[in-house]
Amino acid sequence: MSIRGAAFIAGAYEHPGRVLPDTSTAQIHVEAAVGALADAGLDLTDVDGYLCSGDAPGGPIAMADHLGLAARHLDSTDLGGSTYVAEVSHAAQAIAAGKCSVVLITMGGRPRSAGRRVPPSAGPAQPFEMPYGHSNPASYALAARRHMHEFGTTPAQLAEVKVAAAAHAQHNPNAFLQKPVTVEEVLGSPLIAAPLHRLDCCVVTDGGGALVVVSPQVAQSLERRTVKVLGAGEAAKHTDLGRIDLTYTGAVWSGPRAFTEAGVSHADIDYVSIYDSFTITVIITLEDLGFCAKGEGGRFVSDGTLQATGRLPFNTDGGSLCNNHPANRGGMTRTIEAVRQLRGEAAAAVQVPNCDLALVHGTGGWLGTRMGSATLILGQEDA
Amino acid sequence: MTSAERRFPDVDPPVEPGLEPYWEAATEGRLVLSRCAEDGAALWPPRPFCPRHASAGVRWEPAGGGAEVYSYTVVHRGEGAFAAVAPYVLAYVQLDEGPRMLTNLVTSDGRPATEASIGQRVVARFEQQGKLPVLRFTQSH
Repeated sequence: MSIRGAAFIAGAYEHPGRVLPDTSTAQIHVEAAVGALADAGLDLTDVDGYLCSGDAPGGPIAMADHLGLAARHLDSTDLGGSTYVAEVSHAAQAIAAGKCSVVLITMGGRPRSAGRRVPPSAGPAQPFEMPYGHSNPASYALAARRHMHEFGTTPAQLAEVKVAAAAHAQHNPNAFLQKPVTVEEVLGSPLIAAPLHRLDCCVVTDGGGALVVVSPQVAQSLERRTVKVLGAGEAAKHTDLGRIDLTYTGAVWSGPRAFTEAGVSHADIDYVSIYDSFTITVIITLEDLGFCAKGEGGRFVSDGTLQATGRLPFNTDGGSLCNNHPANRGGMTRTIEAVRQLRGEAAAAVQVPNCDLALVHGTGGWLGTRMGSATLILGQEDA
Repeated sequence: MTSAERRFPDVDPPVEPGLEPYWEAATEGRLVLSRCAEDGAALWPPRPFCPRHASAGVRWEPAGGGAEVYSYTVVHRGEGAFAAVAPYVLAYVQLDEGPRMLTNLVTSDGRPATEASIGQRVVARFEQQGKLPVLRFTQSH
């Protein structure tokens, strides 16, 4: 069974808050849910499928209770930051199987105000990782260093990713960081975990978002322009029994699965939303998805490729590097910006003309140990 | 804390049953690897089963302790208990027997190293850290 055309994204909402010291995480889920459903022209009472992740307050049962949902399909996938990219696919699968027809996906979190950090080494490997100070930036820095060693990637090339994101963020009035930056400013910012500087790292923000995925029949009944789900892929990439290769991500598997299901090629993609936890994440992911050859990512991003006017516009809201990174999970906001682009509702200065096809990729977890990878290909309503 | 006093914090991660041969050897300063009883492949982090030959079981064999740096980062901003340790080196080293392992590089007197290079030869050493003997690596001579 394919999910191509089985479901449509009818509602998308990014919470405008970035610092929310006086809002509960549950309330962020509520505001996001109401916002996305209003965007679709639907109500909470229309929802018959509900998806969140394991980090939602009390999990999916407590959230279904809090939101008063009569859901007949529930899912609390936890693939870290890639969760919500995968959940669009899971929603489409459930709709295709006839389990439900209006699926609400919510996320929220307050790492900026509440200081929550994801333990980077949970699970059975914990005694062999936790003693070493394997922080999130350090984990990604290990991959960056090896990429530089094998392929000659430079810190200035990493910085180009941030420069493109910041160029976009200046047009987003809700972005946490709205000021354009230069390569020199990135390289001049303090080293967090060499070779990654402070400006190679995503922002830490409170906030959240929600999506509404509906059946073709429901989509047809709505006035709002919807976005078609065309294909998806998932993978887990890990330490491989002690044979970890830091130069690639799970996108080498999830990407081809999504392209095959969607029946489209790289040249067809007008816009990409790539989860940019760190600048290196984007460079390696673009290689693994096949937008350039392995090792060429640094050179690929160096000539303004990723900017709104470039060959492959990415993260036109400013991404996790500048706009928003609620709950330390980027998959939701990456998906929302792809929906904006396909609806022609991105900020005017960064709207990609004739944006027909978009790719979303989430990397949840750590480049230095293990990650969930999820790729999603979306198109205009009539794609 | 002055640089001369820097040391890695006691973090005491939960240790579950199943890896007693590893921890008993480590307590005596010896590194042993779990290997698939079917094809001999080393399994790291250690585990009491081989995912590829799950019915075969594992055997525990000593490793020489020699390794080379596969990748590293000098962490300037440590988090939590590691904030006071920075700068320190987080590295992957590839053991001569094959497995790549996450670790820290330390100086000959056990303090956090502050520099490294890919391909650098290093050697294993265990340090008692809280309740656990922790495997770290230092420059070979």
